[in-house]
Amino acid sequence: MIRFISLAALLLLWQIGAWLSDPRRIPGPMAVFEKIYEEAVSGALFSNLAVTLARVVAAFALAMSFGAAIGYVMGRNKLADRLLDPWLVTLLNLPALVVIVLAYVWAGLTEVAAIGAVALNKLPNAIVVVREGARALDPHLEDMAEVFRFSPAARLKHLILPQLAPYLAAATRSGLSLVWKIVLVVELLGRSNGVGFEINMAFQLFDMKLLLAYALPFVALMLGVETILVQPLERHVSRWRRGVSRRLDRV
Amino acid sequence: MNDTSPAGGAASLDVSIASKDYHSASGRPLRALEGLRLTLPAGQAGAVVGPSGCGKTTLLRLIAGLDKDYFGTIVLPEHGRLGMVFQEPRLLPWRSVIDNIRVAAPQAPEDDIAALLDELGLAEHAAHFPRELSLGLARRVALARALAVKPDLLLLDEPLVSLDAALARDLREMIARLIDERRITTLIVTHDLREAIALGDRLFLLSARPAHVVATIDVPAPRRTLAKETAERLEAQARDALAAAHAGSQPGHP
Repeated sequence: MIRFISLAALLLLWQIGAWLSDPRRIPGPMAVFEKIYEEAVSGALFSNLAVTLARVVAAFALAMSFGAAIGYVMGRNKLADRLLDPWLVTLLNLPALVVIVLAYVWAGLTEVAAIGAVALNKLPNAIVVVREGARALDPHLEDMAEVFRFSPAARLKHLILPQLAPYLAAATRSGLSLVWKIVLVVELLGRSNGVGFEINMAFQLFDMKLLLAYALPFVALMLGVETILVQPLERHVSRWRRGVSRRLDRV
Repeated sequence: MNDTSPAGGAASLDVSIASKDYHSASGRPLRALEGLRLTLPAGQAGAVVGPSGCGKTTLLRLIAGLDKDYFGTIVLPEHGRLGMVFQEPRLLPWRSVIDNIRVAAPQAPEDDIAALLDELGLAEHAAHFPRELSLGLARRVALARALAVKPDLLLLDEPLVSLDAALARDLREMIARLIDERRITTLIVTHDLREAIALGDRLFLLSARPAHVVATIDVPAPRRTLAKETAERLEAQARDALAAAHAGSQPGHP
């Protein structure tokens, strides 16, 4: 309810802003919703959203799988950590724009370059978070798994992944929002479709209605992914923590 | 003698450790065990007793194969399948009680696991997560997990420590009954002589660090019907042996 009121207040503020300003500079909510409807009917909205979402998913999956693997190795192996740490620090401090431009220059204005550049921007962040998780693995439980001779698959599924789950969830949350923002920049600089491309068009034409008509549905889409996928998944993997307060006494 | 029961066979535990060193933070080696020898016939329960900090848990870690940095030999009972109850229960907090057992003993039939839970009074807790259990219950789950793998050697590290008296007695009786029924070769580490006499067929008394076995005492079978006087006599005998070893091990210290 409070969220609803808050959202309504935001819309109202927007409307007031539109009234006070030039409608070309700040179009009102109704004008933007009409534009969204128009773009949706023509099909352009959905095809651009789908293209961008596919890039987000691909770049995110790449960054998370490589980031988790590298982060795990760095967290568990001192030599690997020392060897790779300078690379990691370099990558962490390299501006996203530099990575994107270099990728386009070296690999051409291709899909591979676009997705690769986004993944490379997210990669160091995933590595750092998962490395922390790998360092915090409980050695007592590891001894237990050793004595009971857990298979490698059982070790991964029952011992390592549950301990890394909170770290993977944190990397997922910060990662999704980072990745979709960078995907728009990549599209703006070197792709001919997607939300970022449309926003660039709107900027060139000074069409604020078009700009918002693409930005808002995409924000809504990412919010939907967060609430429908990420949050329930996080709740599922942390369900064992909930029982702490109702410890059973001896029987 | 060749016993074909799945629990043991004729093999036994044979431990002979020349030395085990620890490296302290300053880099100086610290000798934890030296010239330690013990043998335990199949199907028997051995109890390792010694002052705290003498290296009992270190010994157990060597036998469990968790630490391979030592000089000496350790021969495990045939097949060498281990079941272990650590001092802290070490259950997977994100798996339910029954899943903790299933994960550790994937080849155990469901019926066996259910029977084991029943026997240990855990049936109603099968679906609970470890955080919902008291220490006494969690220890029992750890014991059920160790038994579910049908171990050739069962290792118990201070199984009754930090439980209140009544709870400790219940668990002690439960353990005694289980290892008697199943004839599992068992090694129990404890600092409590009475507990050792109540659970062990054979006592191994350890000296202070560097630890070695100063005396091996056989508890006359059947120990469950041990007369009070016999138990007290054994206890006095063991105390004397420990005291003598302790006095002898520090001649150079003022």
